[in-house]
Amino acid sequence: MDFRHFFTSKKISFIVFFAVLATFSTVQAAPAETDSTAVESHGAHDAEVFKPTEVIMEHISDSHDWHLWGHTSIPLPVILYTDKGFDVFLSSAFHHGEQDHQGKHYTYRWVDKKKIRVVDAAGEVDEAASAKVWDFSITKNVAAMFLSVILLVLIFSSVAGAYKKRVGKAPKGFQSLIEPIIIFVRDDIARPNIGHTYAKFMPLLLTIFFFIWFNNLLGLIPIFPGAANVTGNIATTFALALVVLVVVNVNGNKYYWGHILKPHVPWWLYPIMIPVELVGVISKPFALMIRLFANISAGHIVILSLISLIFVFNSLATVITPVSLAFVLFMNVLELLVAFLQAFIFTLLTALFIGMAVEEHH
Amino acid sequence: MNFDIGNPSYGLVFWTLIAFLLLLLLLRKFAWKPIMEAIGEREKSIEDALTSAEKAKEEMARLTSENEQLLKEARAERDVILKEAKVLKDQIVADAKTLAQTEGAKLIEQAKKEIDDQKKRALTEVKDQVSSLSLEIARKVLQKEFEDDKKQEALVADLLKDVKLN
Repeated sequence: MDFRHFFTSKKISFIVFFAVLATFSTVQAAPAETDSTAVESHGAHDAEVFKPTEVIMEHISDSHDWHLWGHTSIPLPVILYTDKGFDVFLSSAFHHGEQDHQGKHYTYRWVDKKKIRVVDAAGEVDEAASAKVWDFSITKNVAAMFLSVILLVLIFSSVAGAYKKRVGKAPKGFQSLIEPIIIFVRDDIARPNIGHTYAKFMPLLLTIFFFIWFNNLLGLIPIFPGAANVTGNIATTFALALVVLVVVNVNGNKYYWGHILKPHVPWWLYPIMIPVELVGVISKPFALMIRLFANISAGHIVILSLISLIFVFNSLATVITPVSLAFVLFMNVLELLVAFLQAFIFTLLTALFIGMAVEEHH
Repeated sequence: MNFDIGNPSYGLVFWTLIAFLLLLLLLRKFAWKPIMEAIGEREKSIEDALTSAEKAKEEMARLTSENEQLLKEARAERDVILKEAKVLKDQIVADAKTLAQTEGAKLIEQAKKEIDDQKKRALTEVKDQVSSLSLEIARKVLQKEFEDDKKQEALVADLLKDVKLN
């Protein structure tokens, strides 16, 4: 690993240190604070209580519709695989969760605007039947992800077109914005960690990097094409980590597997060492999954908490709004850094794990 | 808090896998391969250009030094030639001077002799002329003097007077 020049830069390491510190420290503090103030305001205003936790969780959770403003949302397709076949309909059929929907095979209810459950004839939720229904809906996160995929394909195929059109010439326009990042991934992530076989893994690393980065950035946009918390959802990061797990282990050479199955310890330690090594195989991508999910969710929670402060301090809004907005602005700028940083770290660690798996005997 | 940590939505996992793998395939074919190839080619061409530039620079330096050498040699040769020419010129001038001097002296000598000759000849001629003229005059005078006999007799008498018969 040759990242010393990157980490020894005092300024960068300083910023990164405080970015990480700030992110984690405020995550724990913010929800607790807003919870307690919510309780206080509960006593004062019985009529309309603002519940920050609920609001925040609703914002960072996945959903079956894409909220635009007020009571306007884009309905998204619900795709259910039941034991009797597929059931496909738009989420608007639920009328924002107020009505049950009579599908082809079952009647469905949108419980708490979160989960789709089967309702029996008596109008009660039938958990046993619900367990057999697999929800493959195009949710908000899936739709946002598809948007980002389309965006990425459009952007990068146009950049590739620029390369074909301007063979051997200096990059121009958008091409010159993208090229340094591609070179960065190649020269600072792939090459030092993987070694001479890096070229084979470049498409994966570049795709991971830009996929995460774009989704992180889109998640920071508070209105329609953004706003989905794609990379801050553990299911997304789980899928990405799964890809990494498969790629690393499929490409693992005999030294990699030898290290796991025949570690350099006395044979009687094998019963301990082999399980430990096997746990290591899982724990590496597991850490990737948790890191990305936690960082992005945390950022969203902090920003939403700061905004919630305005509504929590209802009567003091004029005082608290500028303070809160200043913090939100600061956090947003920080999140721009974190968006890049997390994409970078995920890609870097992926390259590192691949490098460990394909490394020749040392 | 409900993060769905214990229960990640398999629908999202499924769609993420589909979307990501699709993106990977599409970008690998339509973006990463041409981009990486183009960048690699360009880097190679830049490296080649730099190497050849370096070579050209060396060649240039070699040529320059060669040129300088040639120039130096040419300059030295020119100096030698100039020096030779100068010596030659001096020699020619000196030779010419000597030649001119001897020639001049010879001419002067000849002229002197000629003048002398001329002078002598002229003097001789003048002497001849003078003598003949004197004779003529004498003859004419005598003729005049002795036109009449009386005068002749007077003269003779005069002369005879002087001549004393001693």
